[in-house]
Formats: sequence, C-alpha cells, structure tokens
Amino acid sequence: MSLSAGWYLGLAALVFSIGAIGLLVRRNVLIMFMCIELMLNAANLTFVTFARVLNDIGGQAIVFFVLVVAAAEVVVGLGIVVTNFRRRSTTVADDLHSLKG
Amino acid sequence: MLHLTLAVASTRPTWPDILVFAASAAVILVGAVGVVTSSNPVHAALSLVMTLFGVAVLFIEQEADFLAAVQIIVYAGAIVVLFLFVIMFLGVDRREDINVEPLAGQRTLAFVMVGITLAGVIAMLATSHWVTGAHQVVGPIQGPVTKATGAPSGEVAQLGKQLFTTYLFAFEATAALLVIAVVGAVVLARRPALSEREEREKAERDEEAEQAGHDQSERGVAL
Repeated sequence: MSLSAGWYLGLAALVFSIGAIGLLVRRNVLIMFMCIELMLNAANLTFVTFARVLNDIGGQAIVFFVLVVAAAEVVVGLGIVVTNFRRRSTTVADDLHSLKG
Repeated sequence: MLHLTLAVASTRPTWPDILVFAASAAVILVGAVGVVTSSNPVHAALSLVMTLFGVAVLFIEQEADFLAAVQIIVYAGAIVVLFLFVIMFLGVDRREDINVEPLAGQRTLAFVMVGITLAGVIAMLATSHWVTGAHQVVGPIQGPVTKATGAPSGEVAQLGKQLFTTYLFAFEATAALLVIAVVGAVVLARRPALSEREEREKAERDEEAEQAGHDQSERGVAL
C-alpha cells in the first residue's frame, strides 16, 4: 500500500509552487513554458492521487485529457515563439514591448 | 463514516513504498528546481525530463501504469523533444544572465505571493477533510476481475471503457483540438507569401546590400 495521500498532495503543491515561481521570475519564454509544464504535472499528480484514494477511474481519465491539452498547448505556443523570433530575434519576454505606450 | 472507510482501506505503508516515494520526490524536486534555476535552456529541458520521470514513477506507485507509460511517451518523448528542437532551431542555447532583475522588487513579490499560496494549500491539506466527494462516481479503478481468460479487467480496460462511454464527447473534442493545434502550428510557422510589391522591394534591398558588400570589400582591399 502506498503512502497516505497527504504526502503526494504536499509534493504536488511544492512542485506547483516551484513552477509558479519560475513562471513569474524567469524572462525566457521557453523556460516559462517549461514551468507551465511543471504546474500541469503537479495537477496531474493530484488527480492520480485522488483517483487512488477515492477508487475512481475518473481522475485518471482527466489526466489523459490534461496530457492531450498540454501537447496541443506546447505545439501552438512554440509556433508563436518561432514566429516571434523570426520578427524580433529574441525569446525574452521583456523585449516584446511594441504595445507599450 | 468517510474517514472510517478510508482508514480501513489503507493499511500501513511498507518500507519499499516509503523508499520509492522518497527517491522519486527527491528526483522531482531537484528537477523542478533545475528547470527554474538553470541559465541554459537545454539544461532546463533536461531537468524537466528528470521531473517528468519522477512523476511517472509516482504514477506507477499509485497503480496508474498506463498513465505512467503515456507520461514517458508523450511528455519525455514528444513534448521535451519539441522543446529541444525549438531551442536548437532558434539557436538560443546560450547561457543567459539570470542574476539581473529586470523589474525591481518583482522577485521578492513573486516569492511572497507563491509562499502565501503554498501556505494556504498546505494549511487546507492539514486542517480540512479534503476527501469530500463520493467514492466511485465514474467507476472503480480495477473493475470486476473476471476469471475468464482474455476478458478485460484492470485499470487500462477500465480507463478505455470510461473514455469511450462517459467521456466520449470530450474524447472527440480532443481529436478536434489536436487537428486545430496542428493547423495552427503550420499557419504560424509558415513563412508568409510575399505580395508583388514586397517582392520588388525585397529584390531592391538585396541589390543594395550586394552593392554595399562590394564597396566594403573594395575598401578592405584598398586598406
């Protein structure tokens, strides 16, 4: 029998916070994307933990959908990064300030 | 009542379980910190693989074998490779200085905000009865284990059954989502076709650049 759910949920909360800090602090768009992946993974871990605790397959089905949406999000996001890099030769979020007044 | 059933269902964890959890938790946390702190995007991507692998181990530990396999194949096999491909393609695999803070006080504020959020979540975990839902709304994880050979049972069969019954609409919607994402990526990454006027301007620019290059090389010879 695995450890109690609290350990898994605490670990997921920690990973989520690290991802959130990275998203807020880092300025490289690629690394910001990776931090979003970290946060999605923390949510997945929570879903799987609750699926085990409640003995409900629904939690695992949701993780499946999260994986699909994450894949689609990365494809479109990296497409935007590539397009932006062609125009401005940068992947730093701070350099994209053409809308600044 | 709920707590009673939970207490009955979960026996004490054995030491291999504790060991597996501790090892994968360490791998996950080291990888996550590596993503945030590494100054080279390639190193960040490799740290991300480390974290994803640790999460897959925890999936197996929690009897979600199929999701662990999908996690490795889709995340480590496809998403991180896509990341690495874009990093190499754009040629941004250089070190960047992460010690400069572009916005004064932003880092402190980020740490404080995330700290408050984390403290809130942990406090909620510690004090509230977070298992509030009913058990087995959608279906049990293992399903009825049949004696007949070849009859589907277990978590993969159960997941497949739910995907094609309860979640059929969502499943079809993900198909549409993936197609839209592919079309969007192609449209975004395609070089836009030049109009006639732009083409003429580009030709003129190229000519001028060539002229300038000639001048420069002549000057270089003269010097």
